[in-house]
Amino acid sequence: MKKAKTIRDAFANGKAFIPFITAGDPDLESTKKFILAMEKAGADLIEIGIPFSDPIAEGIVIQEADIRALASGTTTDKIFDMVEELREETDMPLVFMGYLNPVFYYGYERFFTRCEEVGISGVIIPDLPFEEKDECADIAAAHKVDVISMIAPTSEDRIRAIAENARGFLYVVSSMGVTGVRSEIKTDLSSILASIRQASDIPAGIGFGINTPEQAAKMAGIADAVIVGSAIVRMIAEYGTEAAPFISDYVRRMKDAIR
Amino acid sequence: MKKGRFGEFGGQYVPETLMNELIRLEEAYEHFKNDPAFTEELTALLNNYAGRPSLLYYAEKMTEDLGGAKVFIKREDLNHTGSHKINNVLGQVLLAKKMGKTRVIAETGAGQHGVAAATAAALLGMECEVFMGATDCERQKLNVYRMELLGARVHPVRSGSRVLKDAVNETMREWAGRVDDTHYVLGSVMGPHPFPTIVRDFQSVISREARAQILEMDGKLPDAVLACVGGGSNAMGMFYHFIGDKDVRLIGCEAAGEGVETGRHAATIAKGRLGVFHGMKSYFCQNEYGQIEEVYSISAGLDYPGIGPEHAWLHDTGRAEYVPVTDEEAVSAFEYLARTEGIICAIESAHAVAHARKIIPSMSKDKSVIICLSGRGDKDVAAIARYRGIDLRE
Repeated sequence: MKKAKTIRDAFANGKAFIPFITAGDPDLESTKKFILAMEKAGADLIEIGIPFSDPIAEGIVIQEADIRALASGTTTDKIFDMVEELREETDMPLVFMGYLNPVFYYGYERFFTRCEEVGISGVIIPDLPFEEKDECADIAAAHKVDVISMIAPTSEDRIRAIAENARGFLYVVSSMGVTGVRSEIKTDLSSILASIRQASDIPAGIGFGINTPEQAAKMAGIADAVIVGSAIVRMIAEYGTEAAPFISDYVRRMKDAIR
Repeated sequence: MKKGRFGEFGGQYVPETLMNELIRLEEAYEHFKNDPAFTEELTALLNNYAGRPSLLYYAEKMTEDLGGAKVFIKREDLNHTGSHKINNVLGQVLLAKKMGKTRVIAETGAGQHGVAAATAAALLGMECEVFMGATDCERQKLNVYRMELLGARVHPVRSGSRVLKDAVNETMREWAGRVDDTHYVLGSVMGPHPFPTIVRDFQSVISREARAQILEMDGKLPDAVLACVGGGSNAMGMFYHFIGDKDVRLIGCEAAGEGVETGRHAATIAKGRLGVFHGMKSYFCQNEYGQIEEVYSISAGLDYPGIGPEHAWLHDTGRAEYVPVTDEEAVSAFEYLARTEGIICAIESAHAVAHARKIIPSMSKDKSVIICLSGRGDKDVAAIARYRGIDLRE
């Protein structure tokens, strides 16, 4: 088993490209294939979604991916097993993205122990805001897993406290609402990034709504990483188990755009 | 107790996008609830528009028939719009207006809360959009049209299982997309802090009245109060001012559907496990990987996989008891109350009536109980007929 690289390593080669896919969509064998293809195409860190029955921060594209993944029998245990198998082939940094209840119900100690064992370096939990992070921050830290914080267009006076306490990297939500491809991002992200920079030098990635290489290049101009989910998940919805070459080509173009 | 918590239950488990809005809501609520002008305006709306105080009715025939404790019925079904939901929406929509909002959004299951929200929005001059599971829209077409008559836009929710829980998901998504001019009028004592507290406070008018009314009518406190529980708003309202009266039993009646052992139920206290969902830590019906399960009840208003955090706490501390009531028991109670007292109640409320029928005969005649009749049953008549194998066409 290969020793996983860290989140820090992901930000060592210029601007980072961080793709997201839902584990088990359409099945876990394909997820493994897609992750390896994305690594080869230039992804610096990959977010693996743990599917949830009620993903309240997701738009329709990722909601449907969660439904497909759960329908294919994906469970938290099987996802850990898949990552363990992946670790025979890759040392790339990996993080989980998932809602709190499946993590809570699995048991924090058990969950983060497994994360450490299989080389998961961080978790993004969209329904765990700053005020509730004590829920699992200490247990995660004890297992060398970063609980990654999010900053939204509405965060305003909260940015400083969130940035000062952030671990791993900061996930900056580009727009109001839920995940999903947007033709235009209107938030004043430069001033949000400036507020973050005043508080901390932690790497910051922008996600939500990013689709085209042009958008990615623009975002990379102000942040350290570009995070893309729905645009990739859409390809899986369309091409299913045969999506690898399409995802690969897309990731390569996006990474090239932000270099 | 920690702010926004009932023991370990409650909290604010929502995306960062909504946090500042929840903080603003809490500040506004803390300010206005102590503002005499606000409370006066709300009281005027409750009294002159919604028809409060609601009756406490001594059900003499039911008392005679059951042969035990005296039965009193708190008639929330007589409120304007036909249920207790109006108490909360008038409070929240007025609060939203004071906060400078121009638009309210709401989830609804059976449509009672949606109709109430649309009503309050029409009265107070706010734009209103209601999210309702596509399956529920089909089951409650009349309420969809009623909301539209009141000027609201109804969005059928086609994600997930297309019922109440999915409507809550979609309303939260909508709110995260637009908070500046929009308030989410949450319909039950659930969701992230401060909603469980706000909704409970606005519904507590039920027990404030009922406590004074029964002292006046019967000269003493009741031995038990009963209410149905989905998310738990009418029950929290019915329990609240009796919590300090240690000798008053508080009994919440959950929807057991086809039976708690059949897997076709919505009995969260009986079968749920601790979890975090819809912004709160509480009990939820979920599988062994923490995926929220689809629940079932003949009553669309109790068809929710969770329960408000204060109920979870009242349960854990032993202050309140929660009992399962099946579809069949609820339908029988619905028919019983119609025949015995001439009251057609909501199928939700019939769950409380059903349990009252079980416990009253063994209580002595010097005792008394209050049943909260949370709503009227016009909306359920067709479904009850169907349940009994009669096909009605309107």
